Amino acid sequence: MIDAVATESGAVVPTPRSRARVLGLVLLALVLLSAVLATSAGAVRIAPSQVLAVVWSHVGGLRSGGPAPHPIHDQIVWSVRVPRVLLALIAGAGLAVAGTVLQAVVGNPLADPYVLGVSAGASAAAVAVFTLGAVGGLGVSAAAFAGALVTLVLVLLLGQRDGRVDPVRLLLAGVALGYLFQAVTSYLQLRQGGAQLQAVLFWLLGTLSGAQWSSLALPALIVIASTAWLLLKARALNALVLGDEVAASLGLRVGALRLQLLVVAALLTAAVIAVAGGIGFVGLIAPHAVRLVIGTDHRALLPLAALTGGVFLILADLVGRTAAQPVELPLTVVTALVGVPFFLVLLRRQGRPL
Amino acid sequence: MTSLEVRGLSVDIGRRTIVDDVSFACAPGTVTGIVGPNGSGKSTVCRVVYRALRPAAGSVLVGGRDVHRDLSARQAAQRVSAMVQDGFLAVDARVHEAVMVGRTPHFGPLGRASHHDNDVVADALDRVGAGHLRTRLFTALSGGEKQRVLLARAMAQQADLLVLDEPTNHLDIAGQLELLDLVTHLPVTVVTVLHDLNLAAAACDHLLVMAGGRLVAQGAPAEVLTTDLLREVFEVHAHCGTNPLTGRAQLSFAPRSACPTSPSIALESP
Repeated sequence: MIDAVATESGAVVPTPRSRARVLGLVLLALVLLSAVLATSAGAVRIAPSQVLAVVWSHVGGLRSGGPAPHPIHDQIVWSVRVPRVLLALIAGAGLAVAGTVLQAVVGNPLADPYVLGVSAGASAAAVAVFTLGAVGGLGVSAAAFAGALVTLVLVLLLGQRDGRVDPVRLLLAGVALGYLFQAVTSYLQLRQGGAQLQAVLFWLLGTLSGAQWSSLALPALIVIASTAWLLLKARALNALVLGDEVAASLGLRVGALRLQLLVVAALLTAAVIAVAGGIGFVGLIAPHAVRLVIGTDHRALLPLAALTGGVFLILADLVGRTAAQPVELPLTVVTALVGVPFFLVLLRRQGRPL
Repeated sequence: MTSLEVRGLSVDIGRRTIVDDVSFACAPGTVTGIVGPNGSGKSTVCRVVYRALRPAAGSVLVGGRDVHRDLSARQAAQRVSAMVQDGFLAVDARVHEAVMVGRTPHFGPLGRASHHDNDVVADALDRVGAGHLRTRLFTALSGGEKQRVLLARAMAQQADLLVLDEPTNHLDIAGQLELLDLVTHLPVTVVTVLHDLNLAAAACDHLLVMAGGRLVAQGAPAEVLTTDLLREVFEVHAHCGTNPLTGRAQLSFAPRSACPTSPSIALESP
């Protein structure tokens, strides 16, 4: 596609494609910067150079000539903060991609990863494990994942008409099931009370404090594989947002496509909720923020929304860890307080050239 | 250019039969209009032709091949394009991108636009007289410009059969005439739903009249649009004259209640 086009007046107008390239580079730089920043900040400050030395010693082997990093720094950086930053990146990217897809699939800009009620189902299952102890041998993560998938099946069954998924029905079914599972969650919380309640509340508002290397692989795999598959469907998504009639006339099998996209979006959401709890706003705001800058070509929108979600969550987690030390804030508190004003500013700028 | 043949088409939505045993044929390069009162099944016939709906019975043959049985969705979209109203168009699509969407059935698995795709899009925009709009935001265009861009999108699909559902909606009179003039001069076979009977009479080679899901008349506009048919199907009194500017059939209407006692008002029926 053309990168810039001269208008009749002679001015060169950047096309969304060239804007997308610039934004992509900026976001990649931000991912690296925010990752180093988040790894060095915390209760124990570790200089960025030390952070890089530790990471280098693990990734590049010990061939580097410098002195070996301090063992405690090594422990903090490599076993605690790096997995946490990576999980933030994965979770932010997963939620942003899921939000992008769901907004296209249900044709509603208000959609986010939780609109299908999937998170409410996951939360109810997770809180059941928190308060009642292991249910059927499942841990919190596995229960959340199972809860999300069960909810997905229910919402798809309720959201169809004549064998086809109907977006409006789907939204209504998702919202209704969401209330139902929230009621279950509230009941379980009230029944419990006491010290457990804080852990439950924290989990419901999203936390990365449980990040470990061993818990990264599965969500990483799901987020990367899903995003890659979605990129292959990017042109189809571009057609789908124009409406079912247009999409059908362009040779898409709308019913089958919508079902596939819903399943992938729910899988992404479930993978993130299982390891990070219910993080709000990222999945709603990241896609819109990118759309306002580069338009709606999903070939650029999906990867850029993923990076935006990742950066946003790395920074949100950094703020959550450090703003009110020694208390840690749940992620949704930060994403809402920081993200919403930023988004409102961006919304006011809509349509103006950058 | 290609032919369209619809044989014994019936369509059910839910448990209701919307289209009932409709058959017609369109010769290559002709413009066929579908007219009829609201709810007569016009749009439904179109939706089956561009594969948004599957028929309960019957077949749709384009160039002799059944679009529902012989062709995949993608193959069908390479032969049949449609200009329909958009659901919601994105905040920030440039005209060039909006038209590029029409290349969807031609893209490879990675969805990369080739030089050929760019040329086709530019050519389609030029052909509808919208080449100068290509860097503009679609949402910032006027109604007439939007319709021309949507027509360019359908043309970028490079199909031999173009289906239009109410293409003149929301256009002022100049816009309506311009758009129909564009459409009728395209080197493709055209099937279009039109509400305005005078526009249909002016633009179409062949008219299909639908009522209650059935095809009740078809033929050249002047043969089909008789006062009897208009009274029966559209429930209006009509006068069939001649457009003094174009020499084509021209209708004037009055509500049935306006002349309750003169069923033979069709004095000058041709």
